[in-house]
Amino acid sequence: MIRLDNVTKIYKGETRAVDGVSLNIEKGEFVFLVGQSGSGKSTMLRLLTAEDAPTSGEIHVAGKDLGRLSSWKVPYLRRNIGSVFQDFKLLPNRTVHDNIAYALSATGATRKEIRAKVPDVLRLTGLSTKLHNYPDQLSGGEKQRVSVARAFVNHPPLLLADEPTGNLDPHTSLGIMQLLYRIYRTGTTVLVATHDSHMVDRMRRRVIELRGGRIIRDEASGLYAQREQTTDEFGDLLDNAYHDLGRSD
Amino acid sequence: MRFTFFLREATRSLRRNAVPSFAAMASVLVTMLVLGVFIPMVQATTGAANEVRAKVLVDVFLKADATDAAVERVRKTLTQDTKYVGNVTYVSKAEAYAREKKQNPEAYALLGSNPLPDTFRVTPDKAGNVGKLRDELAPLTASGERTVADPAIDEVKNRRDETTKILSATKIVKLSMAFLALLLVLASILLISNTIRLSLFARRREVEVMKLVGATDWFIRWPFVIEGIIVGAIGGVMAIGLLLVGKVAFIDPLKSDFSLIAAPETLNFGVLIAVLLVASVAVSAAGSGLSLRRFLRV
Ligand SMILES: Nc1ncnc2c1ncn2[C@@H]1O[C@H](COP(=O)(O)OP(=O)(O)OP(=O)(O)O)[C@@H](O)[C@H]1O
Ligand SMILES: [Mg+2]
Repeated sequence: MIRLDNVTKIYKGETRAVDGVSLNIEKGEFVFLVGQSGSGKSTMLRLLTAEDAPTSGEIHVAGKDLGRLSSWKVPYLRRNIGSVFQDFKLLPNRTVHDNIAYALSATGATRKEIRAKVPDVLRLTGLSTKLHNYPDQLSGGEKQRVSVARAFVNHPPLLLADEPTGNLDPHTSLGIMQLLYRIYRTGTTVLVATHDSHMVDRMRRRVIELRGGRIIRDEASGLYAQREQTTDEFGDLLDNAYHDLGRSD
Repeated sequence: MRFTFFLREATRSLRRNAVPSFAAMASVLVTMLVLGVFIPMVQATTGAANEVRAKVLVDVFLKADATDAAVERVRKTLTQDTKYVGNVTYVSKAEAYAREKKQNPEAYALLGSNPLPDTFRVTPDKAGNVGKLRDELAPLTASGERTVADPAIDEVKNRRDETTKILSATKIVKLSMAFLALLLVLASILLISNTIRLSLFARRREVEVMKLVGATDWFIRWPFVIEGIIVGAIGGVMAIGLLLVGKVAFIDPLKSDFSLIAAPETLNFGVLIAVLLVASVAVSAAGSGLSLRRFLRV
C-alpha cells in the first residue's frame, strides 16, 4: 500500500525533515508513526498525499509512483486517501451533513450517491443525531468524528491521521481510536501519527519511530517508547495490560 | 448537478463578498457604457470620414469660351490619357447654374447671367492619389507655376486640405476614446480579479478541504469563474439597459435632424448588444483567470 525507498525531504536547503527513509506498509495494516515534535511525522504524511514532493527517493502509494504522477492525476490519488487532522479542518458555516456532502461533491459524486453514502458514514461514526449541527455546536470529539466521517465516506483503501487525538481528552481519544480501529477492521490501511503514548501502548500495533527524520525503530507490536527506556516494573505492568487486552480482543 | 453545485457556490460567495462584487460590477457597467457610446461614435466618425474621402475630387474648370469640340477633347484626355483617374462626371454650364440657383435662388436672381464654367468632376482612383491626379492635369513648371494639360482648361482645383483636416480630427477623437476604453477595460479586469482574490481568500478553507479530498483543479476553479462571469454579465446587462434607455430617450428623437446618427451603419443596436455582452463576459473571465492563475496553484 505504501512503499518508501530512501526518501529525503529537505526544506529550504537545510532542514532534513525526512532523511533517507525506506519502509513498507502492506494493505490492511494499522501503523503508528511516533517521534518527538519536529521529527518529521507530518512531513512524511504530506509526502504520501503528494502535498509535498520529496527532494530525493521514490514513493509508491496505492500502486502509484508519486514521482511519475502528473499533477492532474494527484486529485485522483487523493480520492484513495482519507485524511484526518488534529484541527479537524471542518467548514464552520456548513452543517455536519453538508461538510461531508461537500467533500463528496468535490470528488464529483452525484446527488444520489451523496444521499446513499452520507447517512451510512454518519451511522458508522455515531453522528446520526448531530446531522444538522454546525461545527461550533459540537464537542471536540464529535468534530473529530465528522472529520473521520468525511475522510472515510468514499471508503478509501488508505486512511492517514495526523495527531487525530491531539486536542482531545483521554476518554474522547479512546473513542476516536476505536473508530479508527473499526475502519481498519473493514480492511482499510490506517497510518496514525501521534504523541498519544497511552493509546499506542494500549493498542500494541506496529510502531515506527522517527527521530531527526530517520527511522530509529520499527516494531511489529511495539510500545510508544522503546522497551529499554521503560523500567522493568513498568514494562511488566504494560505486559499485563497487553495480555488483558489480548484476551478481550 | 455539477452546474447547480458550481452556481450555488458562486452565488453563495457573491453574497458573502457583496461590496467588492458590487464595485467590480459597477466598473464593468461603466466600461460597457463607455464602450457602448464609443463604438457607435467610431462607426459614425468612420462613416463620416469615408464620406469625405469619397468626396475627394478634382474640379477641372474649363475656359468660358470652350467649344463643344474642346470639351470632347478634354473628356477624352481625362478618360483615356490621364493616370490616377477614377471617375469622370461632366457638369455643363447650364446644369451647374440650375443646381446652384436652386440652392441659392436670390443670389443667382441678382446675378442674372451665368458666371459658371463647364466643369469636369474627376475622382481619383484612390483618395490618396488626389495630389498626383492634380499634378497630371496641371503640371508644375520649372519655375513653380502651374500650367494646364489642355489649352481649354482654365483651372484645376482639389479639396484636399479640408479633407486631411477632417481625417486627422476624427483620428484624434478615435484614439483618445480608444485609450479611455482601454483604461476602463483594464480597470474592470483588475477589479474583477480583486473580487475573485477576495473570495478566494474568504474561501481558502473550502479550497483546502476540496484539495484534500481530491477535487480536480477545474472543479475548484469553476465556482470562481462563474462568480466572475455573473458579476460581469450583470454589469453588462445593466449597461445595455441604460444604453437602450439613452437611445430611445435621446438619440431616436434626434435621428431626423442629424444625418450622422441616421447613417445606416451607425447604430445597429443588436450587434452592439452582442458585442457588449461578449466583451463584459470576456473582461470578467480575464479578471477571474488572472486571480486563479496567480493565487490558486492547486
Ligand atoms: N513547510 C516547511 N518549511 C520549512 N520547514 C518545515 C516545513 N514543514 C516542516 N518543516 C520542518 O521540518 C521538520 C519536521 O517537521 P514536521 O512537521 O514533519 O514534524 P512533526 O514530527 O510532525 O512534529 P509535530 O509532532 O510537532 O507535529 C521540522 O524541523 C520543521 O521545522
Ligand atoms: Mg506534525
